[in-house]
Amino acid sequence: MADNKFAAYICSGCGIGDVLNVKSLEAIAKKEGKMAEVKSHAFLCNAEGVQLIKDDIANNGVTHVCIAACSRRAKAEAFNFPGIAISRANLREGVLWVVAEGSAHDEVRQEMAEDYVRMGCAEVKKMIVPGGNVKESSSKRILVVGGGISGMTAALAAADAGYQVVIVEKAGQLGGFARNLVKRVPFSGPYSEPQATGVEEMAATISANPQIKVHLNSTVAETAGAPGRFKIKIAQESGGVAEELVGAIVQATGFTPYDVTKLTELGGGQANVVDQAGLEALAKSANGAAIKRADGKEVKSVVFVQCAGQRGSGGNGSGQHLEYCSGHCCATSIKQAMYFKDANPDVDTIVMYSDLRVPGMGEDFYRSAQQKGVVFTKGKVTKVAGGDACKVDFRDLILDEDTSVDADLVVLATGQVPNAGVNLDDWTAVVTLADGGDEAAKAKTVEMKKGSVLNLEYRQGPDMPQFKYGFADSHFICFPYETRRTGIYAAGPARRPMDMLQAADDATGAALKAIQAVENVEKGRAAHPRSWDLSFPKVRLEGCTQCKRCTVECPFGAIDEDERRFPLFNEERCRRCGTCMGACPVRVISFENYSVDTVGSQVKAVNVPEEFEAKPRILLLACENDAYPALDMAGLQRHTYSAYVRAIPVRCLGSINTIWITDALSAGYDGVMMMGCKKGDDYQCHFVKGSELASYRMSKIGDTLKQMGLEEERVVTHEVAITDHERVAKLINDYTAQIQAIGLSPMKF
Amino acid sequence: MSDLNTQAVARYKSNFLKEVEERVEDGHWVKMCMQCGVCAGSCPLGPAWQHSPQKIFMMIRAGKREEVLASDSMWMCTSCYNCIVRCPRKLPITHIMHGLANYAHRLDLAPKGQPTRDVARLFWDNSMVTGRVNELKFSLAMYFKDGFVQGIKNAMAMQGVGFGLMKAKRLNPMEIFGGHACKGKSDLSKMVGRAREIEDRRRGLA
Repeated sequence: MADNKFAAYICSGCGIGDVLNVKSLEAIAKKEGKMAEVKSHAFLCNAEGVQLIKDDIANNGVTHVCIAACSRRAKAEAFNFPGIAISRANLREGVLWVVAEGSAHDEVRQEMAEDYVRMGCAEVKKMIVPGGNVKESSSKRILVVGGGISGMTAALAAADAGYQVVIVEKAGQLGGFARNLVKRVPFSGPYSEPQATGVEEMAATISANPQIKVHLNSTVAETAGAPGRFKIKIAQESGGVAEELVGAIVQATGFTPYDVTKLTELGGGQANVVDQAGLEALAKSANGAAIKRADGKEVKSVVFVQCAGQRGSGGNGSGQHLEYCSGHCCATSIKQAMYFKDANPDVDTIVMYSDLRVPGMGEDFYRSAQQKGVVFTKGKVTKVAGGDACKVDFRDLILDEDTSVDADLVVLATGQVPNAGVNLDDWTAVVTLADGGDEAAKAKTVEMKKGSVLNLEYRQGPDMPQFKYGFADSHFICFPYETRRTGIYAAGPARRPMDMLQAADDATGAALKAIQAVENVEKGRAAHPRSWDLSFPKVRLEGCTQCKRCTVECPFGAIDEDERRFPLFNEERCRRCGTCMGACPVRVISFENYSVDTVGSQVKAVNVPEEFEAKPRILLLACENDAYPALDMAGLQRHTYSAYVRAIPVRCLGSINTIWITDALSAGYDGVMMMGCKKGDDYQCHFVKGSELASYRMSKIGDTLKQMGLEEERVVTHEVAITDHERVAKLINDYTAQIQAIGLSPMKF
Repeated sequence: MSDLNTQAVARYKSNFLKEVEERVEDGHWVKMCMQCGVCAGSCPLGPAWQHSPQKIFMMIRAGKREEVLASDSMWMCTSCYNCIVRCPRKLPITHIMHGLANYAHRLDLAPKGQPTRDVARLFWDNSMVTGRVNELKFSLAMYFKDGFVQGIKNAMAMQGVGFGLMKAKRLNPMEIFGGHACKGKSDLSKMVGRAREIEDRRRGLA
């Protein structure tokens, strides 16, 4: 540490030098920032400017660099010096472009720039270049759980890319649900006829591939470890246990058709009322000839009831059953109607729909069925009576009348229920009871674990967290394959309802994510979205009070407990969001390049004017994923905002430790703004739970404010999207006006 | 005419869609309708119709034979072609409407006293006499189609126009005595007769 040498470089290009007093900025970096070297340059990001810095690093032993120029999001390639700690003072997007023009604002503009230089110098002094965590012996094998279309596609994709794959399939042969199909919805031009499933060929390719090892009649009995070192115990039918070491996991466990017998109002469970899987079985036994019912009678008329127990309809508008659309069923019914028409064009086939949804090239398939004479009736089915002569009552939505149609067979297009394992919310509730000594709950945990897919040895529960409607986790809005269990990726209908074509695409994506994961682990880097990041949490365990907040709040389940009940960080599972750092009440968790100190020292570096100067200071903690880019874009669009704010980018609102806020307020700041991503069901937080946790923590800060004798309005949180550049400027201006209205902080010296 | 109807009912039983496909001009397009309703929304005379094209197509699929053929909707079409232009499935809706009207007329199920049907019939019968339209006789037939008294009233109301046309030599009063025929009148009626024969055979109406 003794040979750290700090240097600051101030750029006067892009008009910075015309508007700001660069000489005075230099003086501040030297005197207050205590930088050993301070240089300014008229065009710092050009070859000459960069060379200036490189020379100082090579010849003058500079190890820490503060660059006062543009936003940290600009010119990242030019200002990239490996092994050197770098902080960026944002003079261009943060000051020059956002403070109103004209000499009337010269003073506040200069103050803002000076503060950013102070903050940049303070930050870099606390930074340590992360050494990384290179793993020599990490496994690059990929485990695929499930051997259906998704699983087989993922396995082949990974094997083709040169990775070894282990497939665990619970059935006695590969193929999954698709093996039961006579044909599949067409996936290549001209999209007019059902096509062969290709399952046999795929299974044969897999068996012949030396890169892929297949465990049939097997389930995953235990998954322990972390990306790069997952230890998998595989329970075999014989009762034996095989062990595999893998680096990443693709969960392609598919779906189960919704239980048709629950659809009593649609005749579920009655004779000659089947679901789509049931019809595949009838068609399979007909083997291309006329399709017969279970009682052996040839089917002359068939009605397909779409959205049966789906889309909140329940068939009778009751809102029970499945809330969502399973996506594939319209095309599947079209395909099945073709089974009848192709065997005998005189069979009456009616598809009863309220909205026909055929994604992809499905419109061509739909047209083809119409050409074949399949009748499509827009109607809402109210009742189905099964039996020898089935009767379907429905409301004709075009002719607006109640009517009915007779049929030999009724097919209910039921939805997909994901095979996603144990619901972790239920699990946590039961485990909490069991920990309290409840014997029934203890028995229940054993029972629940039987339904688990991965049997993760994680403190947070045995499976992936579930998303809406019980589907396996997915960050649908930003990175659909991403999950909250690093190195474990869901693919296919376990992740969201989909057809075979989508499942194959999905599986390829998940295989690529798994490959990324094993490669990142080997280089000691984080996974998405900070996949270049070599830092990871450092804990001073001697200060830990075992409060468990970090283990509970980590959105990625990265933190277990060791035998002494201290947090045990699994660095390979960590995504570097800093939620643990924000959670820790005793502040013993930090990253080398992002810590309680790097931000805290910036907060303290700001020069807070005395009360009589009537210049408020507002701390703005902005999430680096959406809010900080929005602020940069506000600059780019020249939306001016108050020169009284001091913005600090944070990795996630979840990483905000309340000490920064209390420090700021006791130092005389007049307000603290936080800007992060949307929380809730439609969250946009890149770390899933960060903004939600921050909002929860901030809801508790009122007491602290009261103790300090401050108004609650002194701390506000806003949800901001990356496109809100105009709005962020307005939020800042409105808040500044509000602070001026309630008066300056009484905490000033 | 009702013989044709009885024969059609016997032949197609309840499968009206098939009947339309085989017997109505462009009827094979009906099954391709996807019920989006763009035609219904595009029709400038929409509110005046009993059933929009969308409903007519749905009724055909639902087997509502009498209702479709007795509907006045097809007769209300002004052939503006808005629906054809807009149909995402490229159905020749205007042509189908005319085809349905024609079929309903042939079976004599079309609405009685429907003005468009009456005018069409007068026009056709008039033109078939001499091979060209006798405008004087056609106008008079129009005036008197709703009875003698109404005919006199119509003629009186229109007399100024009639005299004006006569003065401008656009209307020859002598045409009332038969009028002049086109060249080869008998060949024309042969051609029309033959065309009808072919069409009827093709549509199974022979």
